[in-house]
Amino acid sequence: MVQVSMTVNGRASSGEVEGRTLLSSFLRDDLSLTGTHVGCDTSQCGACVVHVNGEAIKACTMLAAEADGAEVTTIEGMANADGSLNVIQQAFQDHHGLQCGFCTPGMVMSAAALLKENPEPSETEVRDYLEGNLCRCTGYHNIVKAIMAASGQDVSSIAAE
Amino acid sequence: MYNFDVERPGTVADAAAAMGREDAQALGGGQTLIPTLKQRLASPSVLVSLTGIAEMAGVCTTDDGQVAIGGATTHGAVARDAASLYPGLAGLASHIGDPAVRNRGTIGGSLANNDPSACYPAAALGSGATIITNTRSIAADDYFQGMFTTALEEGEIITEVRFPVPEVSDYQKFVQPASRFALVGVFVAKYAGGVRVAVTGASNDGVFRWSEAEAALSSDFSADAVKGLSLSGDNMISDLHGTGAYRAHLVGVMTGRAVTNAA
Ligand SMILES: Cc1cc2nc3c(=O)[nH]c(=O)nc-3n(C[C@H](O)[C@H](O)[C@H](O)COP(=O)(O)OP(=O)(O)OC[C@H]3O[C@@H](n4cnc5c(N)ncnc54)[C@H](O)[C@@H]3O)c2cc1C
Ligand code: FES
Ligand code: FES
Repeated sequence: MVQVSMTVNGRASSGEVEGRTLLSSFLRDDLSLTGTHVGCDTSQCGACVVHVNGEAIKACTMLAAEADGAEVTTIEGMANADGSLNVIQQAFQDHHGLQCGFCTPGMVMSAAALLKENPEPSETEVRDYLEGNLCRCTGYHNIVKAIMAASGQDVSSIAAE
Repeated sequence: MYNFDVERPGTVADAAAAMGREDAQALGGGQTLIPTLKQRLASPSVLVSLTGIAEMAGVCTTDDGQVAIGGATTHGAVARDAASLYPGLAGLASHIGDPAVRNRGTIGGSLANNDPSACYPAAALGSGATIITNTRSIAADDYFQGMFTTALEEGEIITEVRFPVPEVSDYQKFVQPASRFALVGVFVAKYAGGVRVAVTGASNDGVFRWSEAEAALSSDFSADAVKGLSLSGDNMISDLHGTGAYRAHLVGVMTGRAVTNAA
């Protein structure tokens, strides 16, 4: 067992983990932050995306031991300080960017990383950036629309489908 | 996953020492190794994490004008930091997997793994790169030895990769949409001394140089120069995504596109 300490959503968090403990397991099982979802065993679905030191990564494909000392942000850290939905989350609600919601935490974390890098992405850029985030419900259209809207762009010409 | 210890050395020397432990294995970005461990296809007793070694990360130019990339440099960092130094290589890195994979996966891990459909092997072979390890330098032409097989010895660590910079270059990848690896990928690089063409995703023997196309392009660097050439599909990968003959045909098409894009 190894001792790990990291800052998660601004709070100092530590625990004892095995070498094989994934960051996703540490967040979900040790810190009870179950918003980070695990949808596959092959590193392909993106439901587990969190930010480590400001970069989007798949928490199912990083060892908790490797995140020792890191700053981690999960979906639980995304809401505004008063608990209201942040601009990306609100846009997902307004534009029906989710159905079952399983992929949504990863989608929101990827969207936040994209908008930090590229504050006004084109539709193609949004779709490219979401290559590693799979959604089985929405057909992506309203997810893309929500992210465009969250970036402050007019989405009225993007037809709802 | 079976359990293992994790070591996080801060220097290449400490990493090399840790690799001396019984059943030790290097851990780069983990984007291939961690899914493999989940399937219990490997059972190391200790993983030696290379991503905390500062001397193995980053992109720079050597005194003789080559682009040197640390073995633990992520695809995302290469896409960003090599963009002005070697655009063809940075472009290739920027299309590996997805953004989260690129934030973790490393050049050393990709070259050590030598997946027959991976992108970096095409750039390394197509540039005549040098793979530098903790013990020696290996020319790309000697390094790739077939699917998932390389010249690396047990415990050897890729610390750096050096790329001679071509006049023009381009990588064209026909994406296998489910995995986002290359169904066929072709890297074309034009040097003063001639053109190199390296093909990934196609052959049962892994990445290879297409020498007929190299000869044709060295005398006439145009898509037309490769139009008449054809490859046999006999030793090409044949799976549900495409037959060997289909892949062989795609190699020609992607080579032509790469030349057009590079010129
Ligand atoms: C969803 C997804 C999509 C992907 N798409 C693509 C794609 O389009 N194109 C592509 O090329 N790749 C793709 N990959 C693979 C990705 O590029 C991996 O990052 C890469 O193959 C392995 O690099 P790594 O640093 O993650 O290595 P790891 O997974 O950590 O290690 C892989 C192997 O290399 C060894 N190793 C690692 N680093 C070193 C080193 N410095 N020296 C010696 N041995 C070392 C390890 O022991 C292991 O055997 C994809 C992966 C995923 C999960
Ligand atoms: S759980 Fe599917 S990519 Fe992490
Ligand atoms: S909303 Fe159900 S998977 Fe995306």
